Amino acid sequence: MPTVFLQMLCVAGLLGLAVLAIALSRSKSSTAVIYGATLAVSLVAFFGSVRWLIGETGNASDLTLPIGLPWLGAHFHLDALASFFLVVVNLGGAAASLYGLGYGHHDPAPHRVLPFFPAFLAGMNLVVLADDAFSYLLCWEFMSLASWALVMAHHRETGNAKAGYVYLVMASFGTLALLLAFGLLAGPAGTYEFAAIRAAQHTPYVATLVLILMLLGAGSKAGLVPLHVWLPLAHPAAPSHVSALMSGVMTKVAIYGFIRVVFDLLGPPTWSASVVVLFLGGITAVMGILYAMMEKDLKRLLAYSTIENVGIIFVSLGLALGFQANGQKAVAALAFTAALFHVLNHSFFKSLLFFGAGAVLTSTGEREMDKLGGLIHRMPFTSFAFLVGCVAISALPPFNGFVSEWLMFQAVLQSPDLPQWALKIMVPAVGAMLALAAALAAACFVKAFGVTFLGRPRSVAAETASEVDRYSLSAMFILAALCLFAGVLPGLVIDALSPIAIEILGGRMPIQANEAWLSIAPIAESRSSYDGLLVMVFIMISASLAVFFIHRFASKALRRGPAWGCGFSDPTPAAQYSGASFAQPIRRVFGTLVFHARDHVDMPAPGDIRPARLRIELHDLVWEGIYVPLAGAVGYAADRLNRLQFLTIRRYLSLVFATLVTLLLVLAIWS
Amino acid sequence: MSDILVQGIQMALVLLLAPLLTGFIRKIKARLVRRRGASIFQPYRDLLRLLRKEVVLADNASWLFRVTPYITFAAIWVAAALVPTFATGLLFNWTADLIAIVALLGSARFFLALAGMDVGTSFGGIGSSREVMIAALAEPAMLLIVFCMALVAGSTQLSTVANFIASSYVGLRVSLGMALIALIMVALAENARIPVDNPATHLELTMVHEAMVLEYSGRHLAMIEFGAFLKLLLYISLIACVFLPWKIAVFGTGPLAYAIGASAYVVKLAVAGFLLAVFETATAKMRVFRVPQFLGAALMLGLLGTLLLFVSRSF
Repeated sequence: MPTVFLQMLCVAGLLGLAVLAIALSRSKSSTAVIYGATLAVSLVAFFGSVRWLIGETGNASDLTLPIGLPWLGAHFHLDALASFFLVVVNLGGAAASLYGLGYGHHDPAPHRVLPFFPAFLAGMNLVVLADDAFSYLLCWEFMSLASWALVMAHHRETGNAKAGYVYLVMASFGTLALLLAFGLLAGPAGTYEFAAIRAAQHTPYVATLVLILMLLGAGSKAGLVPLHVWLPLAHPAAPSHVSALMSGVMTKVAIYGFIRVVFDLLGPPTWSASVVVLFLGGITAVMGILYAMMEKDLKRLLAYSTIENVGIIFVSLGLALGFQANGQKAVAALAFTAALFHVLNHSFFKSLLFFGAGAVLTSTGEREMDKLGGLIHRMPFTSFAFLVGCVAISALPPFNGFVSEWLMFQAVLQSPDLPQWALKIMVPAVGAMLALAAALAAACFVKAFGVTFLGRPRSVAAETASEVDRYSLSAMFILAALCLFAGVLPGLVIDALSPIAIEILGGRMPIQANEAWLSIAPIAESRSSYDGLLVMVFIMISASLAVFFIHRFASKALRRGPAWGCGFSDPTPAAQYSGASFAQPIRRVFGTLVFHARDHVDMPAPGDIRPARLRIELHDLVWEGIYVPLAGAVGYAADRLNRLQFLTIRRYLSLVFATLVTLLLVLAIWS
Repeated sequence: MSDILVQGIQMALVLLLAPLLTGFIRKIKARLVRRRGASIFQPYRDLLRLLRKEVVLADNASWLFRVTPYITFAAIWVAAALVPTFATGLLFNWTADLIAIVALLGSARFFLALAGMDVGTSFGGIGSSREVMIAALAEPAMLLIVFCMALVAGSTQLSTVANFIASSYVGLRVSLGMALIALIMVALAENARIPVDNPATHLELTMVHEAMVLEYSGRHLAMIEFGAFLKLLLYISLIACVFLPWKIAVFGTGPLAYAIGASAYVVKLAVAGFLLAVFETATAKMRVFRVPQFLGAALMLGLLGTLLLFVSRSF
């Protein structure tokens, strides 16, 4: 059986579940039925695509359905690239469904989530499978609308209506850009099948335009700065398992779109394209994590960190473009594999972290970190899984985030071989930005974990929290195990990704399975190598040795006592270091430039009993500099044009006449 | 000599020498200000004394607070075991290159910063937040130094770099000089030395590292102190291995070469410790928010070194 057929069956199953969810909307068991069935279907699709990616990438399979445009039909196609993204989508979908089995019971309005959840998954599967421009755009819009409905599930909460509106505007803008890009790709002949587009020659002018349009279209969905503004509003507004899907998976589908068009359909890249992508990626990575660092809301912090990770992936894709343009296929494959590896990693740990944030939200009703604290005592399992996610996303060995960033640094180190000066100078600078983003990510997740889970509880809700259900916990622990697995056995992942690099770039990384001790060597062992397994084993051995000696020879005495407060213990937990105070040093170093940050201190005179106040002023320069003026201009134009609605019939007729004359004149002059 | 033996000796050697180095630096610093100073073996006695003492744990300290000393110590020890000290060609050298070694130290710092947040006092918070700020500035600079070195040696594998610089005639290079200065600046910041932080203060608002570990006591504090000693040794070994692999025993040479390599290593440590003590005595600690400029300078030096290498490989 061709696997594309199996995948389409799964999609049909998911769509059927969406319909079933509408039918069951008043039933009590609907949550368990829908999430259970979605879990089963996602698992089938996941194993199907894994089997395809590992075993059968040689023979791509096609399916044409007689729907869509009458002369075109709907083409679906499964190749190595698509199968990898299907793995990401369906693994994320399965994990979110498992989590939803427990989490969904707390939903106040399940009928507003259940029908759209499988539909959203089906949409993402379809985008990855689509093989002509028409179906692609249709599925893309379906995915956007389904996710919009999920964002609006809790539409009465403050801020969610705005989030939905901004998301809708940005999604329409993105689709418009995609529409124009595919229009350009289709050319005057109007060939919509991807195979025909791939075969056609594209002039450099068209290629540049398509690249820009794809950066706008796919970039706005993925969250490239400055098109990211909807993402930190919309992702946290959805229920947490949907937030996990949107952040961990939907941004990846957007990246798939970018790879499909720019790497696959557009033909050989030019080196100048890579400069643009590198620049945008570097800015996005650093800006995203700086925003995250300033954030007080746990889920918004995670959404901003998604922007950072998208930036990292785009940097790596930019490197791949640069090396590919210069014919260095092995290094291009290294950068490309690093990008895909990071796509996989980010889908693991970002889903895990959103699940953890959802668990905290269920248990305390709070998203604001400054009202949490001390949860490590009351939610030990959640906090352990969340800690694993934090270590992994901070790119620390032996977890998976480190491996993909390490591979990117190895690609960066190859840049001296590039002939173009712009790239030569740009790549080390972008490498330094990657390092900055990684270090800031570690700082940001020390803050996220430290303020939320450590310290003393800052509110009654945090004090009375309890551990969440077993479904949610198992979803988190499975993802945590995957983070460790991909971190200690990176060679397996790299080898599994090699068919994609061969298919898209025509080159591959060296086979890693031959390396001794399961280590990885991207170019050659004498250049650089890393062994996650041994690093983990060494850390465990030396930690056990230390523990053994300490417990053998040192005093075992232990006494509990109050924390040392220099003679003046903090009277209230509110006096602890909060998220804002933790971010203060970094705000002072970077914030004055990036956010125009100011601290206003209002210190009353001695004898005055008014409380002292510290107010932090932050400006989102992207929002205030681009979107507010734009919205103002649109509003102004709408106000002016509004007068046209209240004219007399006489004036309307004369307007029509004037338009007609103008058009005829234009036509006369044109031809 | 078999490489597993070299690896084992190296792991034991760094453990044995690390407290001695700190004791030596403290002794020199004391002599420079005309104090008699404690014996250079005092750090060993301090560690033993801490091990014998009971642990006083804050009421709300979690399991994370109790495992962090072991995790940080283990991560730093593994990192220190992978930097060639007296001989190249360690058995597990290929396990981690320089980037991975720096990241291992990052793991140690991550957990230490979390432990600082655990008890929920302001001291821990202020220490952790400043520590991560310094790390965020030091890491990009470190990457550019790695970049510069990898351009010259064609590898990020420390053994290969050391072999290359020791064996072939590399000569005096402007770019390597810049990388050396930048690496020294980063090392000062990472080890919480003057002028970035003062390892000798307690309860002063400018402190960073010492504030973060303020709640630790007994055997836990012993592990953290030992980790700090090891980290200092690691950075000095790193600088010695990359920029001054003089007399370092190349893999496969006889026992005599290893003996010479070991003695040369001790001499290098002594010289570096002496220079550090003189430098620390002669400089004042800078304000915390001067640190970005200090580390920014390191970053620029690294970038300049890299760009010089682009202009010509012979710089």
